[in-house]
Amino acid sequence: MKAQRRRLGFNWRGLVLPLVFLLSVELIAMASPIERDAFAAPSAVLAAAIRTLHSGAALRATSETLITAGSGLLLGFAIGLIGGIPLGLFRRADQLMMVPLESLRPVPPVALIPLSLLIFGFGYAMEIAVVAFAVIGPIFLMTRSAIRGIEPQLMEVSQALGLGLIARVTKIVLPAILPRIFVAFRIALGIALVVAVTVEITANPLGLGYAMTIAQQSLQPDLMFALLLWIGLTGWSLNALLLRAESRLFGAAA
Amino acid sequence: MAPAPAAADPVLAASGVSLDLGDTAVLRDIDLVVARGEVVCIVGASGCGKTSLLRLLAGLLHPTAGAISYEGYPVRRPRSDIAFVFQDYGRALLPWRNAAQNVSLALEAIGVPRPARGKRIEELLHKVGLDGHAEKLPRELSGGMQQRLQIARCLAQEPSVLLMDEPFGALDAMTRQALQDETLAIAAASRASIVFVTHDLDEAIYLGDRVLGLAGSPGRIGETVAVHLPRPRDQLTTRENPEFVRLRRALHDFIGTVQSDRHAR
Repeated sequence: MKAQRRRLGFNWRGLVLPLVFLLSVELIAMASPIERDAFAAPSAVLAAAIRTLHSGAALRATSETLITAGSGLLLGFAIGLIGGIPLGLFRRADQLMMVPLESLRPVPPVALIPLSLLIFGFGYAMEIAVVAFAVIGPIFLMTRSAIRGIEPQLMEVSQALGLGLIARVTKIVLPAILPRIFVAFRIALGIALVVAVTVEITANPLGLGYAMTIAQQSLQPDLMFALLLWIGLTGWSLNALLLRAESRLFGAAA
Repeated sequence: MAPAPAAADPVLAASGVSLDLGDTAVLRDIDLVVARGEVVCIVGASGCGKTSLLRLLAGLLHPTAGAISYEGYPVRRPRSDIAFVFQDYGRALLPWRNAAQNVSLALEAIGVPRPARGKRIEELLHKVGLDGHAEKLPRELSGGMQQRLQIARCLAQEPSVLLMDEPFGALDAMTRQALQDETLAIAAASRASIVFVTHDLDEAIYLGDRVLGLAGSPGRIGETVAVHLPRPRDQLTTRENPEFVRLRRALHDFIGTVQSDRHAR
């Protein structure tokens, strides 16, 4: 019975500290009923969460954030993958691109927000562009190193069999790097969410980041905390979903 | 361009081939003619350039001087008439493809249309004794079966020449002998020539019509031994044949001199 519970992987002890924390915060809030801008009782946060979810406002904001983060992710992922393949395969392409890539790498993606605003104005496009830029770099590098990590013998086999470049990429390279590319995608998802919310908080009147800024500016800390928790929950579930798919697809290989 | 030794119906030839890799001289002045249906074995100490020679013959490496020719045409890149069996079968098979799909890769490479592949794959797997294992992934097969699978993939190209790089070196003795006999049978049936690299002198004599001893660094052909043992060969009687014993002694002495020379230097 005991062993079975352990196998299910749920440890009730892990919940003790968070519960104690929430309870003490609640007690402190009850003891000092003064309104504070950066503080809300857990019960108030829960109530705000239920309210905003019920009204549909949180869900609308979530879909806006997920659409922009998702589109930017897919765009950046595609560009990074397609661009990274020749870098991994051909030493000369790599040498050629080394300087331009290394000089772009230290640019923080969020530093492109003003530029993106100038080009696209407010809305989906500017946010997608910034997210895509943030994702391209890491995917580029991870694709390149994944290809470098392919068993060299396999490349020789493809040569000996006389496979053309396209066949080599589709039949050898892509299947060989698939597990590592999947991990790269999961990491990129995290980046995409961070960048999307950052863009929304700093500039773009869209999504969860903007909703949080509004809550903060209208002095509703309970709503702000509720949205913060909601963002965390969203990111956590997406990551868990991908992790699950990963172990289902690749098992121990990933 | 005409090869020096009179070989009946030459298929693959190296003439005056030298190879440098970076600053290292790997091979010097190799002349070699492989006749149709002939089994040529190459022996030599490790690091003498056996594998490099095989890669040159395959078109996987380019000679620094001299030329490789197949039926009189220069070999500049791998071609489907020349198949290469890699030493390390575990890393030469695609781990994500099952046995049938691994064989299919060679058929895809030479452009066999999808509907025609299934039957060919079945025949090839049957030929190497892997019936009933078509759906298994390489890691679910034993070492001997994996090497059989790689051989099936090479046979899918219907090659005239099989280049084999110490293919049975990592296998246990029983499996190795079985595969030696199967290789000879397959070669005899398809009239394919074989160039077989090994460091096992017994294996070289057992399989070969000719055994070449590579010497030294840079590698040169130091010894050529014609093997006049009757075919089909048999693991017991062939190995007990006095001629077999004599040849093994001769090659053993050759390798021994090469190595003591190297130590003396």
